[in-house]
Amino acid sequence: MWQIFHKLGSPKWFYDIASRLMPWLLWIGAGLFVAGVIWGLAFAPPERLQGNSYRIIFIHVPSAFLAQSVYIMMAVAAVVTLVWRMKLADVFVKSVAPIGALLTFLALFTGAVWGKPTWGTWWVWDARLTSMLILFLLYAGAIALGKSISDEKSAARAVAVLVLVGVVNIPIIQYSVEWWNTLHQPSTFTLTERPKMASEMWVPLLMAILGLYLLFGWLACLRMQTEVLIRESRTRWVKERVEQGGNR
Amino acid sequence: MSSDKPTARSMLRPPETASDALTAMTVVMQRDLKSSFRQPQDLLNPLLFFILVVMLFPLGVSPEVEFLQQAGAGILWVAALLSVLLSMDQLFRHDFDDGTLEQLVLQPQPLFLLVLAKSLAHWALTGLPLVVLTPVLAVMVHLDGNSIGVLCLTLLIGTPVLSLIGAIGAALTLGLRSAGVLLSLMIIPLYIPVLIFGTGTVMAATEGAAVSGQLALMLAFLVLALTLAPFAAAAALRISLSNG
Amino acid sequence: MAFDSFEAFVSMGGHGPYVWACYIVFFVMSFVLIQQSRARRRVVMQDLAHRQNGADTAKTDKAGADFARVDPAKH
Repeated sequence: MWQIFHKLGSPKWFYDIASRLMPWLLWIGAGLFVAGVIWGLAFAPPERLQGNSYRIIFIHVPSAFLAQSVYIMMAVAAVVTLVWRMKLADVFVKSVAPIGALLTFLALFTGAVWGKPTWGTWWVWDARLTSMLILFLLYAGAIALGKSISDEKSAARAVAVLVLVGVVNIPIIQYSVEWWNTLHQPSTFTLTERPKMASEMWVPLLMAILGLYLLFGWLACLRMQTEVLIRESRTRWVKERVEQGGNR
Repeated sequence: MSSDKPTARSMLRPPETASDALTAMTVVMQRDLKSSFRQPQDLLNPLLFFILVVMLFPLGVSPEVEFLQQAGAGILWVAALLSVLLSMDQLFRHDFDDGTLEQLVLQPQPLFLLVLAKSLAHWALTGLPLVVLTPVLAVMVHLDGNSIGVLCLTLLIGTPVLSLIGAIGAALTLGLRSAGVLLSLMIIPLYIPVLIFGTGTVMAATEGAAVSGQLALMLAFLVLALTLAPFAAAAALRISLSNG
Repeated sequence: MAFDSFEAFVSMGGHGPYVWACYIVFFVMSFVLIQQSRARRRVVMQDLAHRQNGADTAKTDKAGADFARVDPAKH
């Protein structure tokens, strides 16, 4: 068992395993996601109250889920960075933070645009959207801090500390924002409250969520491979991979 | 010159008892408090900023009594938050510049206790004066007596939390260019729960509701910050100092 | 099919601009990120390959300069 843990610390092992996993992640992920989206867009029935605008859900919910999951993954990686000083954990955080930030932005954008036909305004300070906005700021802070520190090891650990402080705060922030929201909107129904869904609706949604997770895995591997190549460029195994060349 | 100040070096001996740690903390706090009184402008700046920000709202939005009564608690809280935030950069900077910070890190006493001491000293110098000034400004935004009382209470409990959390940001951005903006970006999401509960409590009080529950929750924040934030800030300090 | 015609599909009962704006922004921005990631990897690979080739010839060329070898016996 410890062997696996040890291997996980090896950039070379990761690089090779990633190369083998990536085609699967990409094709199965893309297949699931596209199929789910097409099903949701064209074949699922219109929703009782919202009509057709609810179809945004098929990209809004996967983005939102993934945005939150990625931050938690980063927090786990942060613990690994601080406790075991594993380089790959920091490579993960650095590679994945921009993906998480993009997903949060997309969740915000789709959430806001969804609001217009549903509630009549482009933005609503409801609990979900406001929490998403704060999550976006947490990502932005982590990325900005990482870019500001020139020494790689210090940057890794500083960002890890910040991500951990952020993750501890996320439940507190969510609780506060929900409480704040009830203060100001006594008759709350959140904008992004999922309607009771028929199976023709939640099956494609599930497909889209799973597909996006796999696609995220593919992109994370890709970006991590690049970072590993840079960091380990002086090693023999990198030289071998480069000679084999091409986009694998 | 520096011989009358208790320097960090004078604390350098192995920890024998808990009172050693307490002594170290007292020394650190006294040093911070004394040195800030020698340069009173550092004390005044957050206060002046506080006043100025509060002034902007009647000027920029509306001086009408109704608006100010409704928005007043929020305005004062936001202004206090910004004032504390702006002064966070100074927490470690002086010590960093003259090399004392490295000495503090090398002390046998646990670093998180020394960080706690510095954070509390910082609060005594920024947050506490703001709380003292609040009743005056609260009258200017037409808050009633009960609300003013609750507002001061929430600020009294909340501003130490701001100093404690801010210390983490200050430690992480130590020595970086554009530390100020980066610090704000990193810390403001963490300040938001404190702000929400601070203002929410005052608004509940204005409507006549009981606020003991919310105040208890804010005290819980304070306890959480007192116990956890210094550890994170200490870890961040070590990282920043190793970065050189 | 939940829609009677393609026009109905595009207009989405009047909600078309919102739904399509979301989907278009989502896919466009995702593709941009993906392409940027792939391009960066390609550039890094090429850069490393380039440097490696440079290093390889430098190893065989003791003079350390990069000029073509001319064999006097052949001319």
